[in-house]
Amino acid sequence: MGFTAPVLEYSALAPMLVIFAAAVIGVIVEAFASAKLRPSLQLAIPLGAVILSFTQVITLRGTSTTTAAMQSVVIDGPVLFLQGTILILAFLGLLLIADFEQFAAQASAIPGSPEEAVATKTGKVQTEIYPLTLFAVGGMMLFPAASDLITLFVALEVLSLPLYLMAGLSRRRRLLSQEAALKYFLLGAYSSAFFLFGSAFLYGFAGKVSFQGIHNVITSGPGNDVFLLIGLAAISVGLLFKVGAFPFHAWTPDVYQGAPTAVTAFMAAATKVAAFGAALRIYYTAVSGAVWSWRPLLIVIAIITMIAGSLIAISQRDVKRMLAYSSIAHTGFLITGILALNQSGITATLFYLATYGLTTMGAFALVSLVRDAPGEVTDLNRWVGLARRSPQLAIIFSLFLLSFAGIPLTAGFIGKFSIFSAAYENGAISVVVVGVLASVIAAFFYIRVIVMMFFAEPGSDSVSVIIPSRFTMSVIWVAAIVTLLMGVFPGPLLDLIGSISTLVR
Amino acid sequence: MTLSIIAALPLLGALLLTSLKQGQIESIKRIALGSSLITLAATVLLALNFEIDRPGFQFVESYSWIPALGINFRLGIDGISLTLILLSTILVPVVLVAGWYESEGGRFSVKTFYVLVLVLETMMIGVFAATDLFLFYILFEAMLVPVYFLIGGFGTGARQAAAVKFLLYSLFGGLLMLASIIGLYVISSNQIGRTFDIGALGMLQIDNLTENFLFLGFFIAFAIKAPLWPLHTWLPDAAKSATPGTSILLLGVLDKVGTFGMIRYCVELFPDVAKTFTPLIITLSVISIIYGAILAIGQRDIKGLIAFTSISHFGFITMGIFAMTTQGNSGATLYMLNHGFSTAALFMTAGWMISRRRSSTIADFGGLQRVTPILAWSFFIAGMSSLALPGLSSFVSEFLVLVGTYTRYPVAATIGTVGIILAALYILIPVQRALHGPVADGNAGLPDLNRRELIAIAPIITLIIGLGFYPKPALDVINPAAKATIIKAGMADPLPAVGGEK
Repeated sequence: MGFTAPVLEYSALAPMLVIFAAAVIGVIVEAFASAKLRPSLQLAIPLGAVILSFTQVITLRGTSTTTAAMQSVVIDGPVLFLQGTILILAFLGLLLIADFEQFAAQASAIPGSPEEAVATKTGKVQTEIYPLTLFAVGGMMLFPAASDLITLFVALEVLSLPLYLMAGLSRRRRLLSQEAALKYFLLGAYSSAFFLFGSAFLYGFAGKVSFQGIHNVITSGPGNDVFLLIGLAAISVGLLFKVGAFPFHAWTPDVYQGAPTAVTAFMAAATKVAAFGAALRIYYTAVSGAVWSWRPLLIVIAIITMIAGSLIAISQRDVKRMLAYSSIAHTGFLITGILALNQSGITATLFYLATYGLTTMGAFALVSLVRDAPGEVTDLNRWVGLARRSPQLAIIFSLFLLSFAGIPLTAGFIGKFSIFSAAYENGAISVVVVGVLASVIAAFFYIRVIVMMFFAEPGSDSVSVIIPSRFTMSVIWVAAIVTLLMGVFPGPLLDLIGSISTLVR
Repeated sequence: MTLSIIAALPLLGALLLTSLKQGQIESIKRIALGSSLITLAATVLLALNFEIDRPGFQFVESYSWIPALGINFRLGIDGISLTLILLSTILVPVVLVAGWYESEGGRFSVKTFYVLVLVLETMMIGVFAATDLFLFYILFEAMLVPVYFLIGGFGTGARQAAAVKFLLYSLFGGLLMLASIIGLYVISSNQIGRTFDIGALGMLQIDNLTENFLFLGFFIAFAIKAPLWPLHTWLPDAAKSATPGTSILLLGVLDKVGTFGMIRYCVELFPDVAKTFTPLIITLSVISIIYGAILAIGQRDIKGLIAFTSISHFGFITMGIFAMTTQGNSGATLYMLNHGFSTAALFMTAGWMISRRRSSTIADFGGLQRVTPILAWSFFIAGMSSLALPGLSSFVSEFLVLVGTYTRYPVAATIGTVGIILAALYILIPVQRALHGPVADGNAGLPDLNRRELIAIAPIITLIIGLGFYPKPALDVINPAAKATIIKAGMADPLPAVGGEK
């Protein structure tokens, strides 16, 4: 048996190839460029790569192919949309990361050690975060495009491993940050194991790893249903872990809190987009024939996730943890979109992901600006009276919170409306009702933050907002404008998504 | 003059305000008042062109908004919405003049106050003029935000708690309604394609069980807004904490969105189910009438008193709506208008009394009749209108509601009549305590109304007396719309039963 050389359609893969190539170049630059040149070079390369990759995505629009890489990568409308979204989020995330002040000078130095002090003092700063980000972005772009289990797993690992590292890079409270990284890594590895285990069972069931093959066996073939169920359950655990659904959400608050805020912003926004993109593909194409087996379970998980996320968020005193639980609640809403299992479900999920990603990015960017002398302040009690000191930021943060709460005239409302109506269309009325009630609970804690910022008297230990860097501020503005614009005129984006939302098998 | 231009006028004023500096307090106030007056003038012009006998919506506008979801920016008015839009545009300038200094000393700047009020006015006009369910819902919910900041930022006492309570109550109702709207939307996309046009939604064939739930989603939202017993508990808190001006807008206009919604959405979209729930709703209304009145009698705080009288009045309005007779329905709509005016007059005068006396306890106002006769008379007339004295505007509407209800629900109407007696108590007792009797300590030197305050109260009292003697113009506008509602609901007015012919 001879070895067949793979046939690759380089043009269809170009967006991902550009990112991976730039990541490799970044590693080389990190090793060889002079310390003076490095920071600006390291920022320019990824930004350039992201822009180049985005133009590639745009030129590819309308493409729909399953043969981009020997049947293991699909390029279709939703994939390109998700890749574009991830690239936009990556661009904004890189701008946040460029505020380098929040990262440890040398990640390898032990916290509190003389080496660390020296590195911080002399300004010998490592910039490996940029190539790491690019690798993660590449993995995220591949994740929703993967159309067999092996590629899916590779993409999962490529996107996860850099994120584990990035979570541990915080300059301040390094121990907390490293703890977060370790936790994320261990639990992530655990879920990867589940995922692999599930893949093996699905292979055992279908004798194939491609989604198409699995689908064929489910609809017509003589597979063993026990293998299918075990495989499906284990794979779902892996995916649900990545999106942070209850009861696989435990890592979310710790990691969101411990990671440097710029990384949290990028991770919270982009990972969700990539993971739900992949989930859409799996549930809509690979296992849609076995809907009887997974839909009831997902309904339960969606309901529990919405309720748990909203309820636990009420008791949070830390703004990053609160946003983490809010993201868990949003995961529940997004699972609702998968349950819909119809064309409007795809449209709604894509819209929700894009707008939610941007709003999340903006919210975390804003959190990174609220500081006192030793660094960021995430304790909500010290946000009291923030509106007095910087009304502009308080108003923008309220806008983000209102969008999370799904108040009309914000993007969050349109997203919630379309996702719930898609689910209702498919008869998942219980989920819709619970979702609506969970929204009331969620509204309570978002409003509490608004009350704190606007109506409470600032105490003596209230914090100020530092004069922000232009990068962070522009990210916040972009997010705010999009959040508002997509709430008032979502038409064009919805039309765009509607025209491309056909998943190719 | 189109509806969208009228709705945009206050918003333009608000935009103009944002360009001013915070310190230019006088010009901020003048511009705000000016734009609300221009809006009023434009609305009056529009009302003059309104054709009374033409059925259906007039001044219809429709623009595509979010085509992917079948959402249009669609406006149009009938007699009911015209009445309520007029009410809103009259009350806003009156509120601004009456509470000329209300905006100062709040948590936020003066400019913020006027921007919030003007934005709110745009939403109020829009919410009554919307004929697209989605547009209505968006405005219905978005209105909460300016009101929340008005209560929380400029009120007194436990304003934060009151503001949050108001917001959460309303959001809860709003989200239930959202669930119903989603249901309706999905049914419409299965039957006739995606649309939110309320005319088309009224034609849908919905199975009975689903319709029950959809109706309840809408009704609970509106019953919270209106507010109907037992969903009323947010109102007294909000009214006590808000500034008098905000309270006028809140009780005078915003709560009318609830009763307006009951007519436009509950009755017209779900006529069959509305009939099923009618006995329950009538019962709740009667409880509201009596309960609100009894609690009003017990109030020591003047703002609390007005809040509870309103709960009683909203009971009457809801009863009129669900009596499903033309008289009841047009009486309810007229009641909304009159309640707006009498509540405005009550809150205005109460606000002045409070700001002069620096207390809102009724007992502190003793002897005002002698010290400040004009203020006392204004409060007296407003109070008389509130208890529906013949010759003042509320009498006509209360009478219509009771007559309209009696033809179908004689028992409820009879019990409701008790509310009138109680009303005499809850108005006359405070009038006696606050206005008559010996001059209480510290009241001797209080100044009477100044020119600004007279300018604010005069038009309202004129309207109260004018519509009391000659309600025909208002009824002419309202009646055809009320008749149309009853026809849409598939009901016919019962013939008055003549004794012995059965």
